[in-house]
Amino acid sequence: MNYQYSIGCSLTNLKGIRDFIRTSLKGHGVPEVEVSAIVLALDEMCSNLMIHAHHCNPDHLLELHIEADNGRTFVFEIIDDGELFDINSFQTPGLDNLVHEKRKGGLGIRLVKSIMDSVEYFNKNGKNICRLTKTVQ
Amino acid sequence: MVHIKRLQEEGADIIAVIGEIDASSSIELDLAIAKSVGEGFRKILVDCSALEYISSAGLGVFMSYIEEFKDKNVTMVLFGMKEKVMNTFTILGLADLLHIRNDRQEAKQLANELSV
Repeated sequence: MNYQYSIGCSLTNLKGIRDFIRTSLKGHGVPEVEVSAIVLALDEMCSNLMIHAHHCNPDHLLELHIEADNGRTFVFEIIDDGELFDINSFQTPGLDNLVHEKRKGGLGIRLVKSIMDSVEYFNKNGKNICRLTKTVQ
Repeated sequence: MVHIKRLQEEGADIIAVIGEIDASSSIELDLAIAKSVGEGFRKILVDCSALEYISSAGLGVFMSYIEEFKDKNVTMVLFGMKEKVMNTFTILGLADLLHIRNDRQEAKQLANELSV
């Protein structure tokens, strides 16, 4: 099964993204705790893209694809045509640094990398594709 | 969407966080904590029993106060977290950096012990 969702780059739309992922994963036997982690990782990626690549412009669209037909492996793609925002090019900040610098950001990248098995970026037909994969138990 | 309610009990400020905290709503949590500190509370208890979701934006708010609270001798204890919410703190190893207890009673007790 494949699922698709398209939404404007406004942070108030993050809830819609979370609901879409929860609804799509329903019926695929993914344990609740894994669903919550996946929802969190996608929320983090989408909010990063909305803020850093699209400056929260609601007229810019993110497209989400979920591929759920590879057994226990799920493929999530976030497609956009903004500036490339590759979290692999960012260093994951240490928790100590975040505490000392009183920074409110930087944790999202740690979360995405901890939750997902892989995060890849590539360009296809002029679009940026961020592909996240996760194999669940 | 998040609702925040505050009430005071035995000298502690209890901030109840209801709903979901993400990048669009974390500012409300930040404002509530800042207000509590501004009003001079030394014991801040965060009631997470109706918190259904938290993303890194919300976690970042809690993290950003750790140093300030050390300097000002303010104790913050979070309590009543659902497992799915607790899991987010655990993934990042934040459970060791913040004070987290199961229920209000335990949270009050810890806040009293730490603020002696």
